[in-house]
Amino acid sequence: MVQVPYFTALTTYFAYALLFAIGHIRDFFSCLLWKEKVADGYAPLTGDFGDFYIRWVYHRIHDCFNRPICSSPGAWIDVVGRERLGTSNWILKNTGGVRRCLNLGSYNYLGFAAQDEYCTVKAIETLERFGASTCSGCFDAGKTTVHEELENLVAEYLGKEDAIVYGMGFATNSSTLPALVGKGCLVISDSLNHSSIVVGVRGSGARVKVFKHNNPEHLEKVIRESIAEGQPRTHRPWKKILIVIEGVYSMEGEIARLPEIVAIKNAYKAYLYLDEAHSIGAMGQTGRGICEYTGVPFADVDILMGTFTKSFGSCGGYIAGSKDLITHLRHTSPCHTYATSMSPAAVQQVTSSLKVIMGRDGSRRGAEKLRNLRENSNWFRQELLKLGCQVLGDEDSPVIPIMVYNPGRMAEFSRECLKRHVAIVVVGFPACSLILERARFCISASHTRKDLEYAIDVIREVGTIMRIFWGKPTPDLLADVPSLAAKLAAKTQ
Amino acid sequence: MASLLTTASWPPTLESWKLALESLFLNIITDGHLLVETLLVVVIVALLLQKSYQPQKRPLSEAEIDQLCEEWEPEPLHPPLTEIMKTFKEPVLESAAGPHTVVNGKDVINLTSFNFLGLIGNEEMQRVSRAAIEKYGVGACGPRGFYGTIDVHVEFEERVARFMGTEDCILYSYGLATAPSTIPAFCKRGDIIICDEAAHWGIQNGIHLSRSTVAWFKHNDMDDLEAKLKAVKEEDVRKKRRKVVNRRFIIVEAICQNTGFVTPMDKIMELKKKYHFRVIVDESLSLGVMGKTGRGCTEHFNIPVQDVDMIIAGMGFAFASIGGFCCGSHKVVDHQRLMGAGYCFSAALPPYLASNAIAAIDQLEMYPSLLTKLQDNVRLLRKALQDTPGMVVGSNENSPVIHMYLKNSTNSFGGDFMVLQKIVEKMLDDKSVLLTCTKRMPLDRVRWPASIRIAVSAGHNDKDLLAAAESLKVVAASVLES
Repeated sequence: MVQVPYFTALTTYFAYALLFAIGHIRDFFSCLLWKEKVADGYAPLTGDFGDFYIRWVYHRIHDCFNRPICSSPGAWIDVVGRERLGTSNWILKNTGGVRRCLNLGSYNYLGFAAQDEYCTVKAIETLERFGASTCSGCFDAGKTTVHEELENLVAEYLGKEDAIVYGMGFATNSSTLPALVGKGCLVISDSLNHSSIVVGVRGSGARVKVFKHNNPEHLEKVIRESIAEGQPRTHRPWKKILIVIEGVYSMEGEIARLPEIVAIKNAYKAYLYLDEAHSIGAMGQTGRGICEYTGVPFADVDILMGTFTKSFGSCGGYIAGSKDLITHLRHTSPCHTYATSMSPAAVQQVTSSLKVIMGRDGSRRGAEKLRNLRENSNWFRQELLKLGCQVLGDEDSPVIPIMVYNPGRMAEFSRECLKRHVAIVVVGFPACSLILERARFCISASHTRKDLEYAIDVIREVGTIMRIFWGKPTPDLLADVPSLAAKLAAKTQ
Repeated sequence: MASLLTTASWPPTLESWKLALESLFLNIITDGHLLVETLLVVVIVALLLQKSYQPQKRPLSEAEIDQLCEEWEPEPLHPPLTEIMKTFKEPVLESAAGPHTVVNGKDVINLTSFNFLGLIGNEEMQRVSRAAIEKYGVGACGPRGFYGTIDVHVEFEERVARFMGTEDCILYSYGLATAPSTIPAFCKRGDIIICDEAAHWGIQNGIHLSRSTVAWFKHNDMDDLEAKLKAVKEEDVRKKRRKVVNRRFIIVEAICQNTGFVTPMDKIMELKKKYHFRVIVDESLSLGVMGKTGRGCTEHFNIPVQDVDMIIAGMGFAFASIGGFCCGSHKVVDHQRLMGAGYCFSAALPPYLASNAIAAIDQLEMYPSLLTKLQDNVRLLRKALQDTPGMVVGSNENSPVIHMYLKNSTNSFGGDFMVLQKIVEKMLDDKSVLLTCTKRMPLDRVRWPASIRIAVSAGHNDKDLLAAAESLKVVAASVLES
C-alpha cells in the first residue's frame, strides 16, 4: 500500500471539497430556477452520491475514459478524437480525427489482441464453420466440439482434472461463487478484490470478512477469530470457509503472497479460490500463472479461476478444479445453463493462443512472448523508478501503476500523454478509492524496446509538468485505505 | 429559629441569634434527623460510585483457539453429486447450431437454439463478422473505460437506439449480465420492486443484488399485480406520505423465458401509470419476434416506446449474436456507464459480435418476411403438436418457444425432468431431432414444472417441423406408455 504525502493528501481533499461544493451550489440554484422534471408521484430516478459524482466530478474528466478506438487493441492503436459539444451539456462528439497512439492501456499481455498469423486464421475458420453464436446455453445446444476442446486444454494446462468455460469473465466470478457458498458459509476476501468477486459473494448470501490487502498475517488472525467465534449470534460452527484472492491485483500490480496464504489455508482447513484474471498467461515460466510463479503446487488451490480477456485476446473465463467440483458447477452455476454459451470463434482464439503458449503450434513464439513480456515489464518498471515515480506492485508483474493522487492532475496527465501519442489508463473512483488516483500501464509482449523508450520519454516530459515524481520510491508502509468496493463488501454483512 | 421570629425584639440582637442557632442544632441532633439523612446520602453516593456488576471477561486463550481450529471440520467444498449430475450428458455439436446441425456425426433437426430468425450462419452476417475479426482481432482486451471501446460498439449503440426509437442505448458484454447490472444501478435499499414470479434468473439476481424491497406477483396475473401495487399505495396513505421518496419499479419479461407466456404489456402500462411505477421490460425473447417489424412488445401492443423506462435484452436470441443491451433515455444510459457493474468492471464485447448484431438488425429490416415465416412456423408446429399423447402444449401462440408439459405430472420438477429427458434422449438417438428439457438451477427461485422446450426458427422448413412433431408423438407414446 501507499502512503499519501501529507501535502498531496491535503490538496486532493481540497480539490474534492471544491468540486463537491460547486456541485452542491449549482444543484441548489438549478433546483430553484428549473424545477427538476420528475413527473408527479415519482421519486427521482437517480439521486444518490453516484449520480452527484457523475454529474459534477466524472463529467469534467470523462474524456479520459471510454475513448473509442478504431483498430485492434494491439501495441499501437488508433484513438478517435472527441470534443465537447458546447459548454452546458457533457456529451462528447467524435471529431472524426484519428490519432495513432502507443497502447499502454489494454490488457494485451502476450500480444494476442492484434491479428496473429496463427490464431486469427483459426478463429475465422471456426467462425465459418460454427457461426458467431450458438444461441443457447451449454446444456442445450450451446456446447460444440471447440468448447469441449478448450475445456480439456485448460484443464491440462493447469494440471487440473476438469475445467468449465464461461462466456464472460465477470460472470464467471459472479455466478460461480453463489454456486459454491451460501448461508452459513464464510468468505474471507482480500480488501482489494475485484468488483465481480464482491458481486458474486453478495449474490451468494454467505457472510464476508475482509482481510488487509495481501496480508497473510491478518488473514490468519481473521480466520482464527472466525473459527473460534463461529457464526454470528447463533455461534454455530461455519459450514465452510472460502478464502478468495487474486493472483495479480489489477489496480495495484501486486502479486499475491500465495505460499503463505496456502499454508494458512491448509492449516485451518479452509478452501482457496484464486482469481487469475491478470496472471494467467502472463506470470510464470510457461505462463501457467501465479502458482507456477510462486512454486505452489496446483493441487493446493481448490478453485482456479481466470479470464481469457487478457493474455489470450478473447473473451470469457474458466474455472478449473477437480472432476466432481466442475460437474457440480455445471449443474448449479446459473451462467452455464441459462446464458448463451461462449462464441465459438472466441473459443477458438483461446485454444489457438493457448497452443502457441504451450508451444504446440510448432514454433517457439509462446516462450518468446513470455520472455518479452517479463523483460519489458521489468525494464519499464525500473525506468519509472529511476524517474522517481511512486510505482506500485511487484517485480515481474505486467501491471504497473504509478500514483498521481489529484483528480485534476490525473485527467491532465492522461490528456497530455494522449497529445503526445501515448494512450494510458488513469484510474479513479469507483475503481479505486477517492484520493488514490493513479495512472496504470499495462505492458505487452508486443511492445518493442523502442516503443517503451518513447513512452518513458513522454512520461518524463509530462510528469515534469504534472510534478508526479515524488522522489525516492517509498517502501511498503501499510497505510491501509481499503477501496470502496471492499468497504461496500464489509458493509453488506 | 422559631424563637428568633417570635420572641425577640426586632432587629434581633447577637444574643438572640446565638440562642436561635443553639436551639436549632440541639433539636435536630436530638431528633436524629441529620444523622439518618447524612447516612442515607453517604450510602446513595457509595452505591452510585460503585462499579456496575460485570461478569469477568475471559477471552479465549491462544491454546483454546488452537484447539477450536483443530476440532473444526468443514463441510466438503460441494455437496455429493446427484444421480442426474453423474449421468447427464449434454449434446456436443459438430457444426453450427442452425436449423439443422450435426450431433454424434448425425445430421439432426435443431429445435433447441433460440435462433428465431434463422440468422446463425447468415452469409451477410458471416461476411461482416469475418471482416471485423480481420480488422479488430477477436477480443476487445479491456473494459469499455480503458480503450476497450471500439468504434463498432458505439455504432451498435446508435444503431439499436435508432432501431428501437429510444434516445440512447448501452451495450453489455453478456446477456445474462445485463439485468444484474441495470437493476442494481437504479434500485437501491428502500426502493420497491414488484416482479413477476417466473422471471428468469438474471432478473432475480439483479433484484437480489439491489437489496430493494421486493414483492412477487403470480405469473402474468394482473389482478395480483394490481393488489400488490395497491398495497404500496395504501401504505403511503397510512403513513401519510405526501411525497414519494423511494423509486418503484415493475419488472417483467415481454415473453417469459421460463414459461413462454406473453405478458399483457398494455395492462402493465395502464397499471404503471395509475400507480406511478416505472417499468423495466426484458425483451430478450420478443425482440425480432413480436410486432410488425420485430421491434418487440412495444410495437405489438402499440405502446409508445418512451413510456417504457428501460428495455433490456440479450442478443443471444433472434439477433444470433452474444451480449446484451439496455435502451432508454440519455439519463438512464449515462448513469449506467459508471454505475452498471457489468459495464464498468468487465471487458467489452468482442467487436465482431457487435458487428454481427448490427448486421442482424440490418437483415431484419431488410427482410421483414422472416417475421411472418417465423409466425407461420410457430402456428404450424403448435397445431401439429396439439394431440401429442400424454403431453400438453403450454405457451402463448405468439411465443417462438413452445413448452410441452406432461399431462400426468409427477408433481416434482426432478420427477418430470427424468421422464422428459428420456423422451429428449430418444428423440435424438432414434429420430435425429435435437430437443431439450428445461433445467432449473438450485439458486433459481422459480417453481414451474419441467417441460420440453422447443424453439422454432424461421429457418425451419415445413417438412422438418411436421416430421419432428410426428416423431415426438411416436416417442412420447412409447416412453409414456412403457
